[in-house]
Amino acid sequence: MTMDRIRRDFRKHWLVYLMALPVVAFYLIFCYLPMWGALIAFVDFKPRLGLFGSPFVGLKHFVDFVTGLYFWRVVRNTLMLNLWGLAIGFPAPIVLALMLNEVRNRVFKRSIQTLTYLPYFISLVVVCGIIINFTASDGLVNHIVAAFGGKRVALLGEASLFRPIYTLSGVWQGIGWSSIIYLAALASIDPELYEAARMDGAGRFRQMRHVTLPGISSTIGILLILTVGGMMNHGYEKVILLYNPLTYETADIISSYVYRRGLVDFDFSFSTAIGLMTAVLNFILLYSTNRLSRSHSDVGIW
Amino acid sequence: MRNRPGDLAFHAINSTLLLLLTLACIYPVLYVLYASVSDPLRLMAFKGVLLSPLGFTLDGYGLVFREPGILRGFTNSLFYVTAATVTNMVFTILGAYVLSRKNLLFRKAITLMILFTMFFGGGLIPFFLLVKDLGMIDRWTSLVFPFAINTWNLIIMRTGFQAVPDAMEESANLDGANDLVILTRIIVPMTKATLAVILLYYAVGNWNSWFPAMVFLRDRDKYPIQLILREILISNDTRSMVSAMGSDLNVTNAYRELVKYCTIVIATLPIMLVYPFIQRHFVKGVFVGSLKG
Repeated sequence: MTMDRIRRDFRKHWLVYLMALPVVAFYLIFCYLPMWGALIAFVDFKPRLGLFGSPFVGLKHFVDFVTGLYFWRVVRNTLMLNLWGLAIGFPAPIVLALMLNEVRNRVFKRSIQTLTYLPYFISLVVVCGIIINFTASDGLVNHIVAAFGGKRVALLGEASLFRPIYTLSGVWQGIGWSSIIYLAALASIDPELYEAARMDGAGRFRQMRHVTLPGISSTIGILLILTVGGMMNHGYEKVILLYNPLTYETADIISSYVYRRGLVDFDFSFSTAIGLMTAVLNFILLYSTNRLSRSHSDVGIW
Repeated sequence: MRNRPGDLAFHAINSTLLLLLTLACIYPVLYVLYASVSDPLRLMAFKGVLLSPLGFTLDGYGLVFREPGILRGFTNSLFYVTAATVTNMVFTILGAYVLSRKNLLFRKAITLMILFTMFFGGGLIPFFLLVKDLGMIDRWTSLVFPFAINTWNLIIMRTGFQAVPDAMEESANLDGANDLVILTRIIVPMTKATLAVILLYYAVGNWNSWFPAMVFLRDRDKYPIQLILREILISNDTRSMVSAMGSDLNVTNAYRELVKYCTIVIATLPIMLVYPFIQRHFVKGVFVGSLKG
């Protein structure tokens, strides 16, 4: 019966399945094979010997990582960098969208949008090049600091300044672009709701609180789930462009540590173990954030 | 109601803040532009906020263009971006078509298999070892096939395809059109706007990509422009470009700075030139994507 259904489906849609073939192959090869490959986390992998030829060591690498010298440092830095992002980077585009939403002059609004989206399209390498240039001891930021009587410091050499530099430059690059999704949500709010609120004598800020914010709360919720759920997965590209041994103390996060141990030191199994552990943790984090949100509101990503 | 004094004050403050914010967003770009055409020695001595170029010279650009690495990086990038973007589009269009079929028995299974990869992966090292085992190291294929589909873009395109009215496809079906005909004659022409957006997303992403090239390519002659930029801007390696400047350390240092600014401008120029034209489409893409998760 079911075999029959499958056969009929294949006969009817054979062309669609043929089209699906390269797509499914892509996901199997480049997404699912590496999951299988992650098993090298449980052996002392030697490329020469292969996965099954290398000596099995069980959880050794996981234990080594958790009891290792850098465990707390990279976990703390990952969490802190995310908290900075949540506190500053996350609300910034919401505020921008709310401000843009109040602008009545279309030309003015469009110009501001065009100009604030611009930094998003500059490549990360160039953005980091600009950051390095501006924060150098003879760079723009230090000129300003010196003009106010401050001392010149190579800002990227200061561990205490890495998080603010990382976060604020992220706001600079992303604030305009990230505001688009909120503007889309704002545009879909029924204007009659504002009319009704005004009739009830609600001023601008009460309208914002009772109409605007509820109107975009599900968008905020979904993005919040994705952000919190993706915490452990925080990308390494910008970190490895900006950090240096002087700032590892605050800048080295889990993913940059995975990169360095794996692709600089070629410690394949150890690095894979850390990556696997964070991937599992991250999945649990995402799942529970979504669960939590679902049980308190209707917002969820699945 | 509109013109109460409180209202006016609110709009004045709001607009001023927005203007300041916009200035802050674009000033770094202007600074780099001004610095790239400034007299390098004056620029070196200047200790303030640059509001216009200091003098005018194109010397820096001359030096950058005489450096063969930059030009080669540029042509390499053009090739990689073209190859990768074409591959991206073919794979993503096929995937989006499959996912948008309603009566496919295995649609749910395929969708689930794809969505799962957004939330879980094998990690950096197994991915690297796989590409290595496939013999792609130091080949252009390593920058193309392992990144053939971006799942977010696939979902956006699927949503676009789903918006095509069923009636259109059904009538084509009755005329005996097969899926390939429906895709190329009906779906693709009707979703041109979405396709353009995704194409641009991919093209910009490919142009700006640097990490895979750093990990997978060995031969410097194959480097894309972003990796050359990394050497110049991040690793601070500008020796080859200013070697002709003589032995005066002060002059050499000044030119080292100048060529950095010029390199930034040159590498960002392609995107900045098309940006005004495509900007609205980009925004449309985010709107399409946000309509339905």
